[in-house]
Amino acid sequence: MSGFPILTLLTVLPLAGAAIALFSGRHARGVALITTGACLALALVVWTEWSQLPVIGGYGFIEQHAWAPSLGIQYHLGVDGLGALMLLLSAIVTLMSVDAAHRVHHQPGLYFALVLTLEAGLFGSFTALNFFHWFLFWELSLIPAFFLIKLWGGARRGPAATQFFIYTMAGSAALLVAFLAVFVSTGSMDFPHLTLLALTGELEQMVTARLGPVMIWLAIGVLAGFAVKVPMIPFHTWLPAAYAEAPSPVTMLLTGAMSKMGVYGLLRIALPLFGHQIAQMRTPLLVLAVATVVMGAWAAAAQKDLKRIFAYSSVNHLGYCLLAIFALAVPAAGAAAVTSQAMALNGVILQMFNHGITAAALFWFVAMIQTRTGGHRGIDQFGGLRKPAPVLAGLMGIALFSSLGLPGLNGFPGEFLIFRGVFPLAWVAATVSILGLLVTAVVILTVIQKVFWGPVAEHCVNFPDLHHGERLALAPVIALMLLVGLVPSLIVSSVNPTVMNLLAHWRF
Amino acid sequence: MNYPEFYSALFRVTLPETALELAALLVLIVDLGFLRKAALKVRVTVAALLGVAGCGAALWTLQLQAQGGLSFNGTGEILLASGGSAQVAQSGILILTALTLLLLIDSVFTKHVGEYVAVVLMAATGGLLIAAAQDLLVIFIGLELLSLGLYILTAFAKSSAKSAEAAMKYYLFGGMAAAFLLFGFSYLYGITGSTNLNQIFAALAVSENVSHPLLIVAVVLIFAGLGFKVAAVPFHLWAPDTYEGAPAPAAAFIASVSKVASFALLLSIGFASSHIFIPQLAGAAWSAQLNAGIGAGSGFGISWDVIVFVAALLSMVVGNLAALAQVSVRRLLAYSAIAHAGYLLLGIPTNNYEVALRLSFTSSGRATGAVLFYVLTYGLTTIGAFGVVGVVERATGSDRLDSFLGLHKRNPVLAAVLLVLFLSLAGIPPLAGFWAKFNLFAAVLGVSAGPVPFILVALAVAFSAVSLYYYLQVLKRAYVMPAIDETPIKAHPVTLTVLVLIAATVVLLGCFPALLQGWIEGLCPIS
Amino acid sequence: MLAFAIYLSFAGALVMALLPKGRPALARWLALAVAVAGLAVAVAGFIAGMGQGRIVLVDVPWVPSMGIHFLLAADGISRVLVLLTGLAAVAGVLFSWNIELRTNEFFAFFLALIGGVYGVFLSFDLFLLFVFYEIAIVPKYFLIAIWGSTRREYAAMKLAIYSFAGSAMVLIGLLAAYTTAGSQSTGLVELARAGLPVSFQMWCFPLVFTGFAILAGMWPFHTWAPTGHVAAPTGASMLLAGVVMKLGAYGCLRVGIALFPHGLDPWGFSFAGIGSWRDVFAVLAVIGIVYGALVALAQTDFKFVIGYSSVSHMGFVLLGLMTLNQIGMTGAVLQMFSHGIIAGLLFAIAGRIVYDRTHTRQLAELEKMHLSRRLPFAAWAFVIAGLASIGMPGFSGFWAEMQVLVGAWMVNPWWTVAAGVGIVVGVAYIWRALQKVFFSDLLPSARELEQGHELAAITWPEVTGVVLLAGASLAVGLWPRILLDTIEPAVRTLLAGGVQ
Repeated sequence: MSGFPILTLLTVLPLAGAAIALFSGRHARGVALITTGACLALALVVWTEWSQLPVIGGYGFIEQHAWAPSLGIQYHLGVDGLGALMLLLSAIVTLMSVDAAHRVHHQPGLYFALVLTLEAGLFGSFTALNFFHWFLFWELSLIPAFFLIKLWGGARRGPAATQFFIYTMAGSAALLVAFLAVFVSTGSMDFPHLTLLALTGELEQMVTARLGPVMIWLAIGVLAGFAVKVPMIPFHTWLPAAYAEAPSPVTMLLTGAMSKMGVYGLLRIALPLFGHQIAQMRTPLLVLAVATVVMGAWAAAAQKDLKRIFAYSSVNHLGYCLLAIFALAVPAAGAAAVTSQAMALNGVILQMFNHGITAAALFWFVAMIQTRTGGHRGIDQFGGLRKPAPVLAGLMGIALFSSLGLPGLNGFPGEFLIFRGVFPLAWVAATVSILGLLVTAVVILTVIQKVFWGPVAEHCVNFPDLHHGERLALAPVIALMLLVGLVPSLIVSSVNPTVMNLLAHWRF
Repeated sequence: MNYPEFYSALFRVTLPETALELAALLVLIVDLGFLRKAALKVRVTVAALLGVAGCGAALWTLQLQAQGGLSFNGTGEILLASGGSAQVAQSGILILTALTLLLLIDSVFTKHVGEYVAVVLMAATGGLLIAAAQDLLVIFIGLELLSLGLYILTAFAKSSAKSAEAAMKYYLFGGMAAAFLLFGFSYLYGITGSTNLNQIFAALAVSENVSHPLLIVAVVLIFAGLGFKVAAVPFHLWAPDTYEGAPAPAAAFIASVSKVASFALLLSIGFASSHIFIPQLAGAAWSAQLNAGIGAGSGFGISWDVIVFVAALLSMVVGNLAALAQVSVRRLLAYSAIAHAGYLLLGIPTNNYEVALRLSFTSSGRATGAVLFYVLTYGLTTIGAFGVVGVVERATGSDRLDSFLGLHKRNPVLAAVLLVLFLSLAGIPPLAGFWAKFNLFAAVLGVSAGPVPFILVALAVAFSAVSLYYYLQVLKRAYVMPAIDETPIKAHPVTLTVLVLIAATVVLLGCFPALLQGWIEGLCPIS
Repeated sequence: MLAFAIYLSFAGALVMALLPKGRPALARWLALAVAVAGLAVAVAGFIAGMGQGRIVLVDVPWVPSMGIHFLLAADGISRVLVLLTGLAAVAGVLFSWNIELRTNEFFAFFLALIGGVYGVFLSFDLFLLFVFYEIAIVPKYFLIAIWGSTRREYAAMKLAIYSFAGSAMVLIGLLAAYTTAGSQSTGLVELARAGLPVSFQMWCFPLVFTGFAILAGMWPFHTWAPTGHVAAPTGASMLLAGVVMKLGAYGCLRVGIALFPHGLDPWGFSFAGIGSWRDVFAVLAVIGIVYGALVALAQTDFKFVIGYSSVSHMGFVLLGLMTLNQIGMTGAVLQMFSHGIIAGLLFAIAGRIVYDRTHTRQLAELEKMHLSRRLPFAAWAFVIAGLASIGMPGFSGFWAEMQVLVGAWMVNPWWTVAAGVGIVVGVAYIWRALQKVFFSDLLPSARELEQGHELAAITWPEVTGVVLLAGASLAVGLWPRILLDTIEPAVRTLLAGGVQ
């Protein structure tokens, strides 16, 4: 446990950078690059240090101060393996996003300030161990996202931003109400403390004693809040518009990091505190998860706009996480089931990381294509790009195959572990979800075929390939994809202790 | 009857009155004898200053008065009181008279300046008499002296038809009121066989006189006469016209001095009437008496108090509501005077009752001090108000609300004075008017528990809140609304100085009410 | 030491009135100096008083025969509210920097109003408190009547009469309490200990509470507030919504609840779930919250949206007071501070920054002006103010509303539910205003692109004012203990039965 408040530093650094960027005008991108780079370094430090720390109660780098004692609110930060990985992911994705945003003409200072604020919001919510702090940063990330869509987005950005805002706000409201109820019953807003209470069943008792049989409603409220964020069918309707209308670098953030906040929330809050209730609702939840997987893929297949394809594909990919999470919730699991649960959970965490990187990379490529063709991103508007732009085709191909789940690339280990874990626990759901895999494969291959193969379209003849700077920027990302795909134990070995610890604390 | 002794005592007790009369004669002599050829301005100034000097002399002689007052025949019947509330009221009358005389400077409504000042002084003498009188006939003499003077003063602006009309109404009304009063007095004499207040009430306390049927008639008639003087509803109809028609300094005098004198008289009557309560009371609550109708409380006491309370209520209501509709500032001030009379009247029966409660004649109730404080500061404020109105009238030719438009630009000092005075009338702290009201209401409530005092005070406070509206109407014109004519208004330096002094005193007394309150309580100690 | 805030303000007002006309710069700087001095005194007093209970500042017999003292004292609640007044005063002066008409008189009335407000918060003698309370009425009238906008004379008169009526009710209660307690003293501490009979308290409490609550904008006596705030010039509306409404709430607490605690006891019978004055006023507060929010949602005038939002937020204060528990009342006092700052900020933006430049407050017209591009500072300031207003965590309003909700829940969960509805509607009307005024998607008409007149640049007083207010809300939002540590002990003492 380090005495140095590294987590606070990590959260404050982007805010400081945002303040500077706001007034930097044309140099804002440079400021943002430096800041995100520094944050990445810090996140790496956290990741490496953490994996070497002895596991004390599961959390490391703990900072704890009283904030508003009368309301049970503490300034309580800490990370376990999940948190540290998410910090790393956020740092990487934000850096990618800033890198991709080299053409912000209109008010760049404000743009990058908002991006950095969003990063701070991400860091804050991934390190928070007290509801208030977590909620503060949850909301804090919402505001910059809204403005980023609203002010720099595409033609129909207004309604998209509005829908995004209202949906997420409604979800947040549900979360807030549920947590207030928990606070009123227990006097605490502390996640570790509440997890312990839930483990022994006291949480449910206290809530029922204080408020009556509302625990199931609280669970629904909490689930609703996260379901909007992930998103889960049927709360996903804000996503395609928002992803499509937002400028691509912003979409990278949305899909790469922000959607993970929802999954993280399920793992940090919903499952520990409301595991029993989730287990009670397991079947309908599994249905919804499967629906997410399948519908996501199916809808992607029906799209013509690259961004929308990838947007729905994101829905699909995160659906696997949902599938695993709900499948986990089996009461009274035996030893074999525990192994499956561990596998599934490892898969979820791995999938979060991998999908974040891959999806961000995909949208980065879309951004590049868009700028080169003057805004075109319809799938039918391209053809045979591999000829004029072989490097682009090659690198994007790798990313696309990773999204498909090709073994050897980072998309595979997560999905593999998920299915491996879910099959014994909920084989029906798993079987149906395979459909998703198949449809996704079709979608990806279609994209590759239409965009890169086939005869070269007229206006693509002079399509410029990736230049030096872009290659340099993308290289580490692709390398990461390969690395994690080939040696997933790099991550899994660090995450697994956390997984076992989490499972030990969850009661279904 | 030891006449030399009696007359020397009379002389001592009436030193202030004598001083005033001498001053009046002196003014007449100087003006008619020596200043025939002088300019009007000079004559006015000399006359006014002489009058002020007379008031000053009278004030000084107040201290020389014997304590205890003048008794007749060595029988212990007091004819004229001195010290106590009488001294407070007389001092107030003299100061207020001096101020109205100072306001006379720079006025042009008459050439008969000497006569004007002389009449003022003589009327003031009448006021002094009333404040001290303890005998029915002396009361009547003083009252007539005051009233006749006031009628004449009202008519002094010979070139104004309004002045004559107002004086005529005032005179006719006043004459009738005086007649009623005398008639009522005669019944009192008939029932009790004495004209001395104390003896009258002592006689009334005797059981066979208590429920004499003529007593109610007497009470009503007397209140008609006195109510006219204070402009209480329903005897108030003269007030708007008089306030509107009389020349400004005269109106100031009417509004202030006669009020002080009349309320002092009411206090005396009340004080004396406590005789009725004392033998029988010994601790019983007034409301219990009211309910039971037992003892000496019935008859004069109850009917008097009930009539006064009803008149107070009506005055508050009518005065405030009518003032809301006025467009002439003078009439507004008149209706406001009626309303203030209503508040003041609340203190009168309270005073009676308080004195009775304390079972003592030598001490006053808290209400005495409160009424005196209120009426003195009210008089001061009113004089200031009429002073301002007078200046504005001379400059613009009318006293309509619209002639005050843009006053803050035309004469900021005058506007500031107006602000202070009107807010004091409305009862806004930290001005004297607020304290006066607070003090009075506290005294009324403090007298006894029960719904009646509370309801009365609640109504008084409520109507006081209403009054803010019409005072703000004037202030709005002075400060907020754009001016039609922006030429500066010039006021005579003496007038302005007097007005500023009045305003400053109002603020001072509001912030440090103990200054005046302490002096009053020193003279009218609460046991 | 804190008493100097009062003296400085009144002295400043007097000097201001005597300043030569025609030199507005002199008046402004003097006003700023006085306001900053007041703030400095407030901060110094706040810091010096940390950890202490009630501190007596001045105790001089005033009218000894009636037991009235010029008694100034401060406990935790007073210190917090004095701090609020200081901040609001400085911000108000900054946002009135552009007043050219009769500048001296404007600032004279302004400073007199501030002095009166300081006086109320520091008085521990009921008579003195009332005097300062009434002193504040007249400057309000003139500020609105002379320098206001829409229907200013009507609005000013309405405000003055309503305030005066409220204080008339308080005066009656004051007189009754004083005389019932034996006419010995008007000190708050003495009166609280006087042991007024329960039956007396039962009717005196609602009288006094309603009298004060009128000024606090309690439904259904709130109608003066939106009209008045909209008509008032920016500096005045910041003070009115920010501080003067808090006078009413403070009176409810310091006089109503502290002196007549038994007035809140159950009546012994109940009617439709209401069984005590506490229930009555809590229900009225909740109605105010929801009604204010709903009406704000329907407004077409930008300033009216904010005016009604003030009514809604003050409902939280009153609700918190009626919870009569530690957490709810702490929340109420914190909400007084928080809303004071936020309302000031909102009115500053709507009035000074937007209206003074665009000369319109109609949402339909502002929609076409693309203010996010032409007035980016205003847009972002409003984003921050709006977030603070809806109770976003990170700003002071969150803590305040949270505590009130929790406190209310402990008494009657339905109150919390209804208040929660109010918060949701609050998000809606802020959203609507934000969209329409700053971030609308309407394309400019060709005529507008031609005309596109330049809007005046943002001046340094405006920036300073926004930073000051937003910073205060943010600071309290991030470190609520700076205020809570002072408020909580004071509330605890008050609840324990002493006004000590």
